Amino acid sequence: MYVAVKGGEQAIDNAHRLLAKKRRGDTTLPELSVKQIRQQLPLAVARVMAEGSLFDEELAALAIKQAAGDLLEAIFLLRAYRTTLPRFGTSAPLETAQMRPTRRISATFKDLPGGQLLGPTFDYSHRLLDFSLLAEGEHPGPELDPQAELATCPRVLDLLAKEGLMKPERGDDQAVPDITREPLEFPSGRAQRLQALARGDEGFLLALGYSTQRGYGRNHPFAGEIRIGEVEVWMEPPELGFAVPLGDIEVTECEMVNQFVGGQGIDPQFTRGYGLAFGYAERKAMGMALVDRALRGAEYGETVQGPAQQEEFVLMHCDNVEAGGFVSHLKLPHYVDFQSELELIRKLRRAPVEQTATAEPNAEERRA
Amino acid sequence: MTAIVNDRPQAAATEQGYNFAYLDEQTKRMIRRGLLKAVAIPGYQVPFGGREMPLPYGWGTGGMQLTAAILGAEDVLKVIDQGADDTTNAVSIRRFFARTAGVATTTRTPEATVIQTRHRIPETPLRNDQIMVYQVPIPEPLRFIEPSESETRTMHALSDYGVMHVKLYEDIATFGHIATSYAYPVTVDGRYVMDPSPIPKFDNPKLDMSPALMLFGAGREKRLYALPPYTNVRSLDFEDHPFSIQAWDQCCAFCGSDSSYLDELIVDDAGTKRFVCSDTDYCTQRRDAQEAAE
Repeated sequence: MYVAVKGGEQAIDNAHRLLAKKRRGDTTLPELSVKQIRQQLPLAVARVMAEGSLFDEELAALAIKQAAGDLLEAIFLLRAYRTTLPRFGTSAPLETAQMRPTRRISATFKDLPGGQLLGPTFDYSHRLLDFSLLAEGEHPGPELDPQAELATCPRVLDLLAKEGLMKPERGDDQAVPDITREPLEFPSGRAQRLQALARGDEGFLLALGYSTQRGYGRNHPFAGEIRIGEVEVWMEPPELGFAVPLGDIEVTECEMVNQFVGGQGIDPQFTRGYGLAFGYAERKAMGMALVDRALRGAEYGETVQGPAQQEEFVLMHCDNVEAGGFVSHLKLPHYVDFQSELELIRKLRRAPVEQTATAEPNAEERRA
Repeated sequence: MTAIVNDRPQAAATEQGYNFAYLDEQTKRMIRRGLLKAVAIPGYQVPFGGREMPLPYGWGTGGMQLTAAILGAEDVLKVIDQGADDTTNAVSIRRFFARTAGVATTTRTPEATVIQTRHRIPETPLRNDQIMVYQVPIPEPLRFIEPSESETRTMHALSDYGVMHVKLYEDIATFGHIATSYAYPVTVDGRYVMDPSPIPKFDNPKLDMSPALMLFGAGREKRLYALPPYTNVRSLDFEDHPFSIQAWDQCCAFCGSDSSYLDELIVDDAGTKRFVCSDTDYCTQRRDAQEAAE
């Protein structure tokens, strides 16, 4: 009896046990705790929360532990949990101007109200392996001024907007759509696009943003402002009639200042690309802002020529849980389809036509 | 051989903290509304608010959501992948519903009330009290001709299917045959062109006037569609190149069937081939009957 390609339940159970063993590693070493992951891998936790679309540092850390450090798997775990949660309502828009930033930089002005605040950053660090980390020990931060307090500061793009140099963004007062409840339809609204990008894969958005810099949908970006810090989340429960704070979350916000538009009676103005991500996630927020602006090309009358400007291409492919699932499904058995291809190709070879076949049949692509 | 698979947990052992069949009731209602629309417009792709499932996209999340939405406590569920009940993903999905819904499961086609499938339709004829649920990777039959969803929806609305015939014609001009052997497009009730999911075209005739309700779910693409019982389903073809199905010179090495879809096995290093039924239940039923007759 031929059983090699068939997997019994016992085999699946054993595979799971082997995975648990691989995750645990050498049992003579202490087990990693979820608290340690949350405290000592905060950027991994941030990425899992952002692309998992759920702000919960403990669960994100748990997912990272369970996924043995595979962040895309951790994102998938968090998503699958998130989808079971009830929706209580929609928060009020975040007031990021009220943030007390731990980091805030602008590439467009040398100095500005609130100043440049470097905060904790990899920028300017020399990427030399720090062998002192091989040994465990204390790594104290800088001396802190006990009197110092974090202060709010105005948003850079608001300063430009006051002068009328920035194209104003207007809300449409519509209920906020939820792309995790309603399917995306095209053309989509900006709220849906920003949601999809906020959940989108950091690497994919980074590469697409990069492609716009290299000329595939160029739109001359400047990092107007990047700010990272905690903001309060407010929500107005219908039975109360007024908003109440739910708590603080750390977010990274990036606003890109892009090439101006104008003409036909409208003064030339800068445009904006917007990125927002949970936690400390600068690269993600920047990639998102570049792609957000690229996707507004049609709105501003620009020629749509780069992949980053094509809404369906970007939004249908930016989700790494969808992409990872569909690519990994190629591991599933396909022998029925392959058998039909074998039968076909043998038939085609038996009856050669005058023309030499140069192209592969499209049917090849349909295998799924 | 015991037909009922012994993976049905006790009622108390059904997964804690989750609703019956995993999805919450509001989500099931949303999916059922979509299914009603799909049944009312045979072959039309209905967008639905597909949820994230605890299995990966591409591994049957669409079919699982439909199964979850229609499953009742009395249902008997069969899950097949490539025609077989014991392929890993079929085992995994069958276990999922045994765990979250506590329903009875079976490998026997005649005993099942709901059959979730990937890539095959059982050889045993279906009845009108059975429902087939298909896992669909790419629901849009026009996708590999026109990648844009906005465009393909317009093409369906206008019955603008000329490109599909051109594609099939180009196959004939290039290869002498239509070079599509699975996911072979069909016209439903003279109106919508539909992807029957990646079943081999061998199975296409089973769709026509089927007594069983056929439901198709694409989780990642968030689309569902349906064939109501006794719907006219025609595989696309030309008068001078009529639709035909795969045929083998061999019979099944186990049960001797000369009319079922066969999988090709390579059994030794010399490349010796054997052919066996892809539908493991059909093959088992035939062998049991042969043994009983002896």
